[in-house]
Amino acid sequence: MRKKKFQLSKIYLAVIMLLTYLPLAMVVIFSFNDSKLTVSWKGFTWRWYEELLADSAIKEALFNSIILGVISCAAAAVIGTLGAIGMARVNYKTKGMMEYLSTIPIMVPEIILGMVFMAFFSLLGLPFGMTTLVIAHTAFCIPYVFMMVKARLVGIDKSLEEAARDLGASPVRIFWDITLPLIMPAVASGCLLAFAMSFDDVVISIFVTGPRTSTLPIKVYTQLKTGVTPEINALCTVILVVVVLVLLISSLFRRKSKVETK
Amino acid sequence: MKKKTKWWLCLAPMYIFTLLFILGPIIYMFVVSFATNNSSGYGFTWTFTLENFARMLDPVYVDCFVQSFKLAFSTTILVILIGYPFGYFMAKLSAKGKKIMMFLIMVPFWTSSLLRLYGWIIILQAKGLFNTILMKIGIIDEPLKILYSYPAVLIGMVYALLPFMILAVYSSVEKMDWALVEAARDLGASPFRAFLTVTLKMTLPGLLSGVILTFIPSMGLFFIADILGGNTIVLVGSLIQDQMNRGSNWPFAAALAVILTILTSIMIFLYRKITHVKDLEGIV
Amino acid sequence: MKEMMKNTNPVILELKNITKSFDNTQVLKGISLSVRAGEFITLLGSSGCGKTTTLRIIAGLELPDSGEVVIDGESMGQKAPEKRNVNTVFQNYALFPHMNVFDNIAYGLKIKHVSKNEIKERVTNMLSLVQLEGFEKRMPSEMSGGQKQRVAIARALINNPKVLLLDEPLGALDLQLRRQMQHELKKLQKKLGITFIYITHDQEEAINMSDKIVVMRDGIFEQAGSPSEIYDYPKTSFVAQFVGSANILKGYVTEVGDTYAVLTGEYGTMACKKEDYNIQEGMELVMAVRSENISIWREPKSPYYIQGIISEKSFVGGMLRIVVTLNDGTQVVVSRQGINFDYENGERVCLEWEPEKAVFVDMEGQHEKED
Repeated sequence: MRKKKFQLSKIYLAVIMLLTYLPLAMVVIFSFNDSKLTVSWKGFTWRWYEELLADSAIKEALFNSIILGVISCAAAAVIGTLGAIGMARVNYKTKGMMEYLSTIPIMVPEIILGMVFMAFFSLLGLPFGMTTLVIAHTAFCIPYVFMMVKARLVGIDKSLEEAARDLGASPVRIFWDITLPLIMPAVASGCLLAFAMSFDDVVISIFVTGPRTSTLPIKVYTQLKTGVTPEINALCTVILVVVVLVLLISSLFRRKSKVETK
Repeated sequence: MKKKTKWWLCLAPMYIFTLLFILGPIIYMFVVSFATNNSSGYGFTWTFTLENFARMLDPVYVDCFVQSFKLAFSTTILVILIGYPFGYFMAKLSAKGKKIMMFLIMVPFWTSSLLRLYGWIIILQAKGLFNTILMKIGIIDEPLKILYSYPAVLIGMVYALLPFMILAVYSSVEKMDWALVEAARDLGASPFRAFLTVTLKMTLPGLLSGVILTFIPSMGLFFIADILGGNTIVLVGSLIQDQMNRGSNWPFAAALAVILTILTSIMIFLYRKITHVKDLEGIV
Repeated sequence: MKEMMKNTNPVILELKNITKSFDNTQVLKGISLSVRAGEFITLLGSSGCGKTTTLRIIAGLELPDSGEVVIDGESMGQKAPEKRNVNTVFQNYALFPHMNVFDNIAYGLKIKHVSKNEIKERVTNMLSLVQLEGFEKRMPSEMSGGQKQRVAIARALINNPKVLLLDEPLGALDLQLRRQMQHELKKLQKKLGITFIYITHDQEEAINMSDKIVVMRDGIFEQAGSPSEIYDYPKTSFVAQFVGSANILKGYVTEVGDTYAVLTGEYGTMACKKEDYNIQEGMELVMAVRSENISIWREPKSPYYIQGIISEKSFVGGMLRIVVTLNDGTQVVVSRQGINFDYENGERVCLEWEPEKAVFVDMEGQHEKED
């Protein structure tokens, strides 16, 4: 009886996974379909990939998205990591409130974040475009890095730093030799997660982007609303391949960090 | 002492950024929600008014809030019903099975949510896979109009938010002590009762984070309703966006946002009170 | 006067009246200690007695509220731990998880900018000293507890510290490995001649390894002395009970002989060696007598005995442990070799011991001549 139940649970997992991958499979299949319509199979073609390569607007949007992701992740990595390290050492009265405030971006609906940024940036008179995008994305990237690093710092044995001091290392040296290498995996996975969120963000970006700056999600969103070309299928397939690669690499990262924590 | 100054320097970027770009905008939104919109169209003046809030009592807007919450509730409930068993079964897999499953979940989780929604458009469209199969089997003669309807929006929402629930539940089931369940069985509890009294209680924190991670975003993901629902449903999210851009009535948009934030916070507060969970699990 | 080991080396470490408080709780209440070079000193006490704080103050990881730490004639003052020539072996090893064995051990030398070749040579020597040849490339996560312990010791010793501080280094090891490591550590210390300050709550460990034991309790040093001094001549009832769990008995002096004095209590009369204490009839005194020195009889064999009822018998660690309850409820533990014992629970018995096997404790200020 136990065995039967176990099998049932496996079937359940398989069915849900199938449903999860079905839309992705459709997109991939139709990216090779020799027809403008995504209805029936008309033969194999690379045409949409060629058009994708030639489409400068999409390439620009992709480029913007990557730049945006990288800059906001880097900023979030520095601010979030330093913040988590600092928070672990001080005992300010404002600490709890600051921690709460800094995680607000992932605790309120995105739409609210988007609109308050839009209103605030126009109050400050910032030019809408890359600058505003970077600030907004940094804001919601920080919590991911901060929370990851904070959790990791809690897990680090305090006596490691004391041992380094005992062996003659100055506080600065301890930071570079001990603390930083130990939290690096957390910084990396926090950044990866933050990048994924930034790369995928539609809602906030729509509010804070300028008329001339477009990110990939915004581009896709506009297309989905106005009319899709199979180029989008090709693009999706490319992204899918990249994601699989990035995940494989990051799982290697994770394995390494797991060995280290033990 | 010297050291204290140094830690203060570590914190400075975060403090400055948070105060300037998180607290600042939120306070500004709050203030703007009491400002008066210029009747001519663009801009607003700093005259105190409660009109923006009063306007929300208009049945059109009340209905919009009701619709949004209804959608968020149904989404959350469906996500729990599908996601909890999934996370639970997944945690019971072998180490290798878990790894593979985790990978399978992470791939769509990381792929652009828009592109995944687009896949559903392909499936649900009039001559798409869904209708084709149903017609082939002979359940229907005419293609169903699912795309641009409420069910399509619901499918899209559940699909986009399911991974959050699965991961949250999985992480809390995974670290549960199974000896507790065995102890309950040993003390005479039926499997179902043991699940209800032990497993469910122990995994509540995970379930709570799953609910929060589902409920909050589902209040704001207006683009899903936009793409899969056409113009059939107007959610608060779409309304805010509309007021910010086309309508250009910022004070009203701000007031909507204030109310939305308050309502969401109340929901979460109540849910926390009911489930007695304080810590969130598996958020990152 | 009773020092068994005569160590004439210069004093390497001195603690002068050190106090320390955390959150208004005084953890150290003015402790003083003087350690000679090459000594193996153990701070023995139960958890929370302040022994780890003492160690951390010596290492510089905490600063004392008042008092002074002097290492090799130099007062440490506010000196940071990285500037002190002492090293610590931490309780949970504290090996750097992201460095291999070689890098862990070499860390202190790298900080001091020792040349690469010298580092390599010294690390290799260290590894052979702790019997871990060939483990250079291992990560700490791939090692057993005993091996990690050796790496931690090597990492500290390679810096040639004046004093090595060890904070319950064997606490996490199982009993057998612990015995073996006790032996090895002692051998290593003899060979290197480095001063060890060792912390433990395990009295056996302290007795096996130390030249000198300092028994700590509630932030003060109760007694310091060689293991046999501590065991045979406990000065306080706490030390008597903590080291070798002696029985503590109270009574009034009713007779003072040449070499012994007799206490009379509710449960009988008890003889105890007098030593050089100034004892008068009528004083209320406390004495300690170890369980293995007490004999049980149905009828008294000597004029001095106490009476009670056998309330419990158990076989522990190769000894029969008999609990006798005296008429005021005091429990006296008697232990005997072997399992043969024909007395029943509830039987009334007499307990006796030779006067020289019992000592007076808590006698502060009662010496006839101060030494």
